[in-house]
Amino acid sequence: MPLTIALLCVPALLGTSLLALVVRRSPQGYRAVYGISLAVSLLGLFAALSQLLAGAEPSHTVLPLGLPWLGAHLRIDALAAWFLLIANLGGAAASLFALGYGAHEPAPQRVLPFYPAFLAGMTLVVLADDAFTFLLSWECMSLASWALVMAHHRERDNRHAGYVYLVMASFGTLTLLLAFGLLAGAQGGYAFETIRAAPPAPLFASLVLILALLGAGSKAGLVPLHVWLPLAHPAAPSHVSALMSGVMTKVAIYGFVRIVFDLAGAPAWWWSMLVLALAGVTTVMGVLYALMQSDLKRLLAYSTVENVGIVYLGLGLALAFKAQGMAWAAALAMTAALLHGLNHCVFKSLLFFGAGAVLHAAGERDMERLGGLIHRMPQTAFAFLVGCVAISALPPLNGFVSEWLTFQAVLLSPELQSWGLKLLVPGAGALLALSAALAAACFVRAFGVTFLGRARSPAAERAHETDRFSRAAMFACAAICLVVGILPGLFIDALAPAVAQLVGDRMPVQTVAGWQTIVPIVEGRSSYNGLLVFVFMTAAASLTAYAIHRVASDRVRRGPAWDCGFPDPSPATQYSATSFAQPIRRVFGTVVFRARERVEMPPPGSPAPARLSVSLQDLVWDGLYAPVAAGVGRAADRLNHLQFLTIRRYLSLVFVALVALLLVLAIWP
Amino acid sequence: MDKFSFDVAHMLAGSLVLVSFVQLYQDRIYALLNVFALHAFVLALSVAWQAYVHDAPHLYVTALIALGFKAVVIPVVLHRIVQRLGIHREIETVVGIGPTMLAGMGLVALSMVVMLRATPEADPLAREDLAFALSVVLLGLLLMVTRRNAVSQVVGFMSLENGLMLAAAGAKGMPLVVEISVAFSILIAFIVIGIFLFRIRERFDTVDVRALDRFRGERG
Repeated sequence: MPLTIALLCVPALLGTSLLALVVRRSPQGYRAVYGISLAVSLLGLFAALSQLLAGAEPSHTVLPLGLPWLGAHLRIDALAAWFLLIANLGGAAASLFALGYGAHEPAPQRVLPFYPAFLAGMTLVVLADDAFTFLLSWECMSLASWALVMAHHRERDNRHAGYVYLVMASFGTLTLLLAFGLLAGAQGGYAFETIRAAPPAPLFASLVLILALLGAGSKAGLVPLHVWLPLAHPAAPSHVSALMSGVMTKVAIYGFVRIVFDLAGAPAWWWSMLVLALAGVTTVMGVLYALMQSDLKRLLAYSTVENVGIVYLGLGLALAFKAQGMAWAAALAMTAALLHGLNHCVFKSLLFFGAGAVLHAAGERDMERLGGLIHRMPQTAFAFLVGCVAISALPPLNGFVSEWLTFQAVLLSPELQSWGLKLLVPGAGALLALSAALAAACFVRAFGVTFLGRARSPAAERAHETDRFSRAAMFACAAICLVVGILPGLFIDALAPAVAQLVGDRMPVQTVAGWQTIVPIVEGRSSYNGLLVFVFMTAAASLTAYAIHRVASDRVRRGPAWDCGFPDPSPATQYSATSFAQPIRRVFGTVVFRARERVEMPPPGSPAPARLSVSLQDLVWDGLYAPVAAGVGRAADRLNHLQFLTIRRYLSLVFVALVALLLVLAIWP
Repeated sequence: MDKFSFDVAHMLAGSLVLVSFVQLYQDRIYALLNVFALHAFVLALSVAWQAYVHDAPHLYVTALIALGFKAVVIPVVLHRIVQRLGIHREIETVVGIGPTMLAGMGLVALSMVVMLRATPEADPLAREDLAFALSVVLLGLLLMVTRRNAVSQVVGFMSLENGLMLAAAGAKGMPLVVEISVAFSILIAFIVIGIFLFRIRERFDTVDVRALDRFRGERG
């Protein structure tokens, strides 16, 4: 039954795409499109929840579509239901936000038809149960999101982003295609059922892991395959950015989990080391990049890279424990990873909604030209603050729960058998801790510079609060952040069947502990109670506020504004986004980004101003992508003259190629 | 199959390769057209012998098509085209005759090696046939590559098709529909190429394809 409902969502969304083609130019058309998308996403959410909460058996169906000898295999199990939940939750939130935000879209005809198709693609990826359907819907998802990235194609940066995205998406799909080819084997059994029944040989399985890491990792944004992500995600309209960051990266992670944990058979011991190393680098690099940005949406996109790293860290730990036969520990790591997927979807959507509201209100994404928005948009500021607290992994919100669980899994590393992992896992844990601290700094900076202080530009001074649909979407996300934070046991228990299906064991049942305490392993070792923390923090904060107002003074006082370091009324004297990041840039950036600061002092007597300029270098781009791009360019130049041969030479080329192939055939042993 | 019929089939297919060599040797267009007619005639004989040996009457139809169209109609029409274009004196090879013949011999050796190795368990007649057919195809391609004149490129293309016919006749299971469609496609190709020849000639006053290259502004 849940499968039928979820499957009905797909044609409904595609039909909405067609409807969008009709109403794309009418001024109220966006309401119909986003309204239907919202309704269908809620329906999908209901399907996912009913599958998860009922703990239903996996159901399976084959539709006579696609390849004639294969058909379209579709299946919903606990894992698919969990990611269906994420996809439809993100889709519903984005649609609700867009009900208000869509009114400001300058080119709705380029957004409306692709938006439901994008949702449909993501839903179908999660439900696919054969390689053909999976790759087809994966490509639908990629292409629809590419079209959305190119919605504002008149801007040069967006065209560049679209180009890089298209190249990277093709690369990712190619590797996934090869991975499925290896999984299917010589018999060509492309249904997942067939693959599960006959897992590939160890060598092929290892190749599949590497290919899946490249393919799904490039879509999810693992360093060094992340380059397209911070370009493409901010280029799209904000509700689509939220979907791409919050949901599409999760769908990519779903692809990785499905291939590696479900289809590729038993993991080899070194798989986890590869995943852990990449994940550790990704977390730290992602947050360091984010700290260097002054564009609010790009900052959020880089923070997505960091969070994808955290999820992959959990997955790497789960692989390590699974390979060593510690299923109970693998269950903990897997739960942490999957839960963080949901959490990131919620708070990253919230933050992108906030950034979209700011972008519309002030017409500006550059934090250096924002500031003081808390006075102009108090509700947006509050919701954005909740998102910042959640993503900084502070209790009692949801980010803390999943990162804490990940750390609990890291702390189990002494019980691993392999020495390599014993050394590597604490290292990765240290990187995770570093990135958590840096993420907190990053979001203090993001919130502080954008919403606090004074406006840095006239546009920011004239900003206004956003519409009620957008606010509703943001507050709904904020509420989910709080609910997951204080009642994590419910979600951990809902995840248990998915985890058990992947690693063969589950975490202890949480809801029996009472008072919503979560216990990862045994009570004597560690436990966390989000509800108690929340109650305590609320009570303590209220009491303190009451005490201060009561005991200190209850009269309103007027005095000079705090002018220590603020003698000049110009907003340019405030801390800027760049100056806030300076200590971190000096400590880490000198190595990671080759950050160089140059001071140009005018000669004595000259009235010219002194200048401080900072240069950053993206080593990943310069070291990995620029040489490849240059090589392709050179090869294309060399091959260019092939365009201008005579007919006879073309015939000769065909002839020579044929003879060469025949020669190979003749000489081949 | 008795030894005699095998030997005859072998001889006919071999003579087709031989006639291909004779084609390669020609540097006058009329001579080339005459040799092409002979080529098609030998093909028709060969297909008819296959029909007789395998007792497959539909192959007689193929042989008739080959005889009628390729040995009579197409050479006659090409003759008239050459006459109307006034290009019967042209000598137009790119590479010298000697190297071309040597290359042709190399190609025949290559196709023998490939085919004999690729089909060890096939019926010996089909095996030999396929090897010869591949040689004819390759020699036809060689003819196309080494000529500058569009008419002789058409002849090269047609003799390449002859090689395909030989292969098709050798493979016993080939249904009549396929053969007729092959014959038909050749006819269409012939018409299209003929029309093109006149169009080229109208534009450039020559059917030397170098004129096309000059027109496109490139090196010949």
